[in-house]
Amino acid sequence: MSAASDTHHDDHDHAVDHRIVHGHDDHGEGMPHVTFKGYMTGFILSVILTAIPFWLVMGRVLPSAKVTIFIVLAFAVVQMLVHMVYFLHLDTRSEGGWNMLALIFTLVLVVITLSGSLWVMYHMNVNMMPMTAQDMRNMP
Amino acid sequence: MSNHITPAVNDQAFYLTEEHHVENGTMLGFWIYLMSDCLIFACLFAMFGVLGGNYAAGPGPKDLFDLDLVAVNTTMLLLSSITYGFAMLEMARNRKGATLAWLAITGCFGLAFVGIELTEFHHMIAEGAGPQRSAFLSSFFTLVGTHGLHVSFGILWLITLMVQLTQRGFTVEMRRRLNCLSLFWHFLDLIWIGVFTFVYLMGVLR
Amino acid sequence: MHDQTPLMHTLFGRLTWDAVPLHEPILLWTFVVVALVGGSLLAAITYHGKWGYLWREWFTSVDHKKIGIMYIVLAVVMLLRGFADALMMRLQQAMAFGDSMGYLPPHHYDQIFTAHGVIMIFFVAMPLVVGLMNVVVPLQIGARDVAFPFLNNFSFWMTVAGAVLVMMSLFVGEFARTGWLAYPPLSGPAYSPDVGVDYYIWSLQIAGVGTLLSGVNFIVTIVKMRAPGMTLMKMPVFTWTALCTNVLIVAAFPVLTAVLALLSMDRYVGTNFFSNDFGGNAMMYVNLIWIWGHPEVYILILPVFGVFSEVVSTFCGKRLFGYTSMVYATVVITILSYLVWLHHFFTMGSGASVNSFFGITTMIISIPTGAKMFNWLFTMYRGRIRFEVPMLWTMGFMFTFVIGGMTGVLLAVPPADFVLHNSLFLIAHFHNVIIGGVLFGAFAAINFWFPKAMGFRLEPFWGKVSFWFWLSGFWFAFTPLYILGLMGVTRRLSHFDDPSLQIWFQIAAFGAFLVLLGILAFLMQLFVSFRNRDQLRDTTGDPWNGRTLEWSTSSPAPAYNFAFTPVVHDQDAWADMKQRGYTRPTQGYLPIHMPKNTPAGIVLAGFAMTCGFALIWQIWWLAIAAFVSMVASAIIHTFNRDRDFYIQPDEVAQVEAERTRLLAQAQG
Repeated sequence: MSAASDTHHDDHDHAVDHRIVHGHDDHGEGMPHVTFKGYMTGFILSVILTAIPFWLVMGRVLPSAKVTIFIVLAFAVVQMLVHMVYFLHLDTRSEGGWNMLALIFTLVLVVITLSGSLWVMYHMNVNMMPMTAQDMRNMP
Repeated sequence: MSNHITPAVNDQAFYLTEEHHVENGTMLGFWIYLMSDCLIFACLFAMFGVLGGNYAAGPGPKDLFDLDLVAVNTTMLLLSSITYGFAMLEMARNRKGATLAWLAITGCFGLAFVGIELTEFHHMIAEGAGPQRSAFLSSFFTLVGTHGLHVSFGILWLITLMVQLTQRGFTVEMRRRLNCLSLFWHFLDLIWIGVFTFVYLMGVLR
Repeated sequence: MHDQTPLMHTLFGRLTWDAVPLHEPILLWTFVVVALVGGSLLAAITYHGKWGYLWREWFTSVDHKKIGIMYIVLAVVMLLRGFADALMMRLQQAMAFGDSMGYLPPHHYDQIFTAHGVIMIFFVAMPLVVGLMNVVVPLQIGARDVAFPFLNNFSFWMTVAGAVLVMMSLFVGEFARTGWLAYPPLSGPAYSPDVGVDYYIWSLQIAGVGTLLSGVNFIVTIVKMRAPGMTLMKMPVFTWTALCTNVLIVAAFPVLTAVLALLSMDRYVGTNFFSNDFGGNAMMYVNLIWIWGHPEVYILILPVFGVFSEVVSTFCGKRLFGYTSMVYATVVITILSYLVWLHHFFTMGSGASVNSFFGITTMIISIPTGAKMFNWLFTMYRGRIRFEVPMLWTMGFMFTFVIGGMTGVLLAVPPADFVLHNSLFLIAHFHNVIIGGVLFGAFAAINFWFPKAMGFRLEPFWGKVSFWFWLSGFWFAFTPLYILGLMGVTRRLSHFDDPSLQIWFQIAAFGAFLVLLGILAFLMQLFVSFRNRDQLRDTTGDPWNGRTLEWSTSSPAPAYNFAFTPVVHDQDAWADMKQRGYTRPTQGYLPIHMPKNTPAGIVLAGFAMTCGFALIWQIWWLAIAAFVSMVASAIIHTFNRDRDFYIQPDEVAQVEAERTRLLAQAQG
């Protein structure tokens, strides 16, 4: 974990700048390296990954709605990853790994919040909605 | 275990004889803020997930959503993403005019996005499908509207940064600010992927 | 309100003279007292010409130490308000039996228990915790300030703005009558059409922004600004718990923001999230707010676990037992705290699988907490314990908290919860952990770090008096509630029919009276210590023979904290330095770069408060104007480039020479 702070220590030639603690110090710290190729790759991939789901849904290409939903969701996940890599320039090294750690933690919480809420509320609906005596006997 | 001891310090030293160089934390701090924003959206998505099927005998997604319009809107946002990328590339080459130009184009795409979204909202409300009509529409308007509000603030921020860039040129601070906005802008793009998949496409399918 | 002209309605929204409760004698007298005390305070400041000093040195300050002190002052002031509410409730419940209706009408009583909860959690416990982190964390990690000093000031003033709105509801309009989490549909537009819930929403939203930003601020501070050599596993335990707490803040408060925003949509726009009709689902509010609410209790308790760790190891003169397990326990609690939220509404009606899952995760949390308890006990084992005031609070905590924790595990069993849910047993349980944990911890911390913040120690006699009154008062007040809860008495009642219960409520009221004495003794302690500050002066900077870096600098620490950034080789960095024969450097000072004070924070928070007030009373023009002004001043602030300055070496030399003189005086 100590890698947190040992990256990006630029040359100490401009020592004066280094005294500056807050606000503005040396360039490049925490800022990503950008390339034309990277952006274009990301753009083309995301165009493809957007177009296919829209086509699948708008053109009613597949007979089963369920299968379409799964495919569309899978495309969304892949496209999010593409955006993270090519547009948000996320990798395991930026900010000594803290960016990635924060992202993973957040994703875990997003999953907990979403799936937990859906599970809990689904359960309540099944148990609490008006139902017949017949349903009552088959409660989960 | 390495740490940030500068070369001047020996193993037993009690203190540094030069000023301690602390890395700037703005980018990390902004990233953490974005993560917290992400959780706000997670709640709104959860809300939509739970209430999204409660039409209350009102119109459902199939009656309301115009996927052509959504596709156009998605295109606007995608284009604005790549043009922001071009602005960042120009910044890397220290070309102020070109950066400003690309930023302006990005802002225009952003405005188009917000405009189209407002048109969509306007149509729905005019048809009697406003946020008060059903829990489904409440959660739809809130989720999509919150995203739109973020984009609007992004545009306001973009304009502010363009003014500052004109005044100051590429200072380190300016670069950092443009980088933060870049994160924000692409982050909204990311949320939009969730919105068009989860709300629009899956809504029409369900 | 009915005969309001359209013009008046445009100008003042819902606000009329009826909103000022002139007809309620209790509120009127409260107002008179507050006006007299507040007025004389303002007059005294004016008379002594201290406004300029306060503005320059405190209100606009970006110094983390001063901001921390201001947070704690806010917390103590709000504690008095919150405790006054508690006293009123205890009195009412002790009186209102059979024919006697007590002295509080239900309408007023309901506001009191809501305000008590909201104030104690958001405006006492939170500012205490955030204030302590402000005072201590940068010093403990050997930093000059936090990562974003301006944001820190802004966060503080947003918290104040929220607190001011809550206090305003006392005299202008009313507060919510819904309980501290404002469950819909009761808090929805149909059943709470008045301003009470709006006060609730906007005070929490505004304070919440401040809390969230200070969370971001401290994470970055701890990640980026540690002294050289301080790896994560050499960080003091308090800093570790502060890190985890701030992670929880950043991860939990957005959920509160979202859910309150949805509730305000229901109230202002007429959406149907939590309504009974049109497909709304009120239980979704309960679900979401507890996704925030459960981590929130760990946000409060984790930092005080850190405080107890520091206090125990310092006053036992030993390295903390099981440092590594302490760190892992903290991290495990951080993550587990997200998996237990449903235990707050077991009775909602989910099936057995949901309830068992959350029951089991809840029980699992007690394992790392228990590990911490053993670590403290083993640190004390064979230690040379000094029974100073902070140590007393710590031992009071260990005794009290364990019992509160055990009743918590009891409530984690869903069948038991079905019986005890919403009863006074629950009330006793969470007061047992929050008073016995957070509050005792805060008092331990205040006694422990007071010399570091203010430069003189707190007088121990009144501190001990305060401790014993609090401890005995707590048990007198809450043991009866456990018993009543087991008998099935539910919470939030303003009147009882069964006279056999009355004796228990009278005992509880006596306990509350003892706690009152405890609070008065604490105020007395502050007063006596301030009067005797010259005798109590801490000239060494290390009054307790401390172990971590904050004790290596002077008391109070200079603006720049450390003339030279310390280099860390060991977990207890200062103990290690003392052992290896550290000598203080007295020359070779360099210019030190510092952030400049700014009024931007207080201005922005002022606009936010105005905006909140206008939204509560639906004065739309003012809300828009305040919001636009807030955004505009934020933008203008980003144009300000005059943000920092250097403390010159000769100035540093002067401050350090004074410290040399004091140190020599202390030794001679």
